[in-house]
Amino acid sequence: MIFSSLFETAWHALATHRMRSFLTMLGMVIGVAAVILMMAIGEGAQVMVRESIKSMGSNLFIIMSGASTSGGARVPSGSAPTLTFDDANAISELKDVLAAAPVSSGSAQLIYNGINWSTSVFGTTPDYVVVRDWPMESGGFFNEADVRSGARVVVIGQVVVRELFGGEDPIGKIIRIKQAPFEVIGVLAPKGQSLDGRDQDDIVMVPISSAQQKIHSNAIRNRVRFIMAQAVSEKSMGIAESAITELLRSRHRIGMAQDDDFSVRNLTAIAETAAATTRVMSILLGTIAAISLVVGGIGIMNIMLVSVTERTREIGIRMAIGARRRDVLWQFLIEALTLSLIGCGIGLLLGVGGALLVGNLAGLPVSITPTSVLLAVGVSFLIGVFFGFYPARRAAGLDPIEALRSQ
Amino acid sequence: MATPGRPLIEVLNLEKDYVTGAGVFQALRGVSLNITEGEFVAIMGASGSGKSTFMNLLGCLDRPSRGSYHLSGQDVSRLSSDQLAALRNREIGFVFQGFNLLPKLTALDNVALPLMYAGMTRDERRRQAQAMLERVGLGERSHHTPLQLSGGQQQRVAIARALATRPRIIFADEPTGNLDTETSRQVMDFFSQLNREEGITLVLVTHEADIAGYAQRRIRFQDGRVVEDVTRAEVAA
Repeated sequence: MIFSSLFETAWHALATHRMRSFLTMLGMVIGVAAVILMMAIGEGAQVMVRESIKSMGSNLFIIMSGASTSGGARVPSGSAPTLTFDDANAISELKDVLAAAPVSSGSAQLIYNGINWSTSVFGTTPDYVVVRDWPMESGGFFNEADVRSGARVVVIGQVVVRELFGGEDPIGKIIRIKQAPFEVIGVLAPKGQSLDGRDQDDIVMVPISSAQQKIHSNAIRNRVRFIMAQAVSEKSMGIAESAITELLRSRHRIGMAQDDDFSVRNLTAIAETAAATTRVMSILLGTIAAISLVVGGIGIMNIMLVSVTERTREIGIRMAIGARRRDVLWQFLIEALTLSLIGCGIGLLLGVGGALLVGNLAGLPVSITPTSVLLAVGVSFLIGVFFGFYPARRAAGLDPIEALRSQ
Repeated sequence: MATPGRPLIEVLNLEKDYVTGAGVFQALRGVSLNITEGEFVAIMGASGSGKSTFMNLLGCLDRPSRGSYHLSGQDVSRLSSDQLAALRNREIGFVFQGFNLLPKLTALDNVALPLMYAGMTRDERRRQAQAMLERVGLGERSHHTPLQLSGGQQQRVAIARALATRPRIIFADEPTGNLDTETSRQVMDFFSQLNREEGITLVLVTHEADIAGYAQRRIRFQDGRVVEDVTRAEVAA
């Protein structure tokens, strides 16, 4: 028996029952499309989280003013800054810490050439861009001398460039921040979204001294709400965390029985949690989609069983004129496989199309990987074999005389 | 090829039991007979006489419970189901009362079907099937489906299918049962011609005496046994 004849026979049988073949395939089509779409969305979310994490910088701590523990009558976290510039300096001297930058933050109105833009203003030190691993697009960042002298210089993010300057080169231009004039000396490279969904490029940075004098009017001199610090390596994160805690407790003269007046958060750990959550979500989506694929497979088995019963006489005739059991087995197996693979093909097109549509219309990040396509095709093939085998074996096991006698 | 000196069909003490709800039913109770190549045999008997069971055994669709059946010198009871299928494909052609054509296939594809199981390529199959259809006078109708053909035409397609692999024996089970007298006569004339001109062995199951009259030999079954086995010459005498 020639293999191409099997496909011809299968095709003919399926084409004879167009509507039924189509409906049977629909299960596979929906299943495969769901797998492709769900995996694209899941993978897209993971890519987004990975990129956010990468943009955050590595091995990061954020040290916040105020206690992190809740309960009792406490001053809310960050409301009375307990951290000082000197704390930041002391932290950066630690063996396991690469750099630390105090950050004073707030929002302010910017004006350039009659155009207004409200954005967040960070007062910090040159270490901030080191810690965040944030390169410059053009110009330069302010230096230690600028921080010491409280220079009126500003470095601006991509969004601010777009909103205030349009196509103009911002370097050397003077913008007003809360009426005080600042000279633009640099433009930050784009960073994109942060893990919590904020646009990191909607920002300006000034020396922390200048920020506290001119912009953050409610700031307490030399005190900040938070300090960003970077450990020298991923391995030293644990040691660095306890070293920072130890150092701050002794600097703030906190007794054995007293709680910390600050909190150290491991941003990398938070990011990993986010990544793990996304991964779980992505697995969950894939699993649900896979279930629909299996349901599609059961649909194929169901129809193949009906088909075998209906075509018992045909099977008897085929056996009488010389079909061996394995010829009959192959005939029905190939039919099931053809159904599942054509269904898979259509599902693939719909899934990819759907993913692109979701990506464009809903703005969700989607990513179609060869793995998900291979997985869908492979699983469809296995489903065709698995759910096609039982009906096919049933057909092949028929007694030719009984089969010929059936109506 | 048949072993020289041996009959094409050699049956010795053939028995067949069926297990039914009511117990064991003995459909055949010891049948022994030979059919030599080129014979035209009619098998007669009332329903339940065992003639259909005998036919199924001769056609290699079933295996005997006891006794032996040699076809072309091969012991059929020792063959695997695949070997039986191959034997049915190469050596045997079936013609049924209900035609048993596949309704969704054209006449051509129906005739080509046994050739597919013989492993022929699509083009070879179609060429040979077309030649067979022309031989039964349906060359013009090869792309009709069975429902578009008359009963007589359908039976001719079935005969063409039985002849497709050029078998040595044709088993015809009540081949004229669904046909009118004139069409029956044409079909039987064609069978006689095949037997006379090509030496194809014909085994015909019928309960109609005038149809059996086309055969050279008549075997009558009753209660699972052969009760009469005569040649036409003996009947005439």
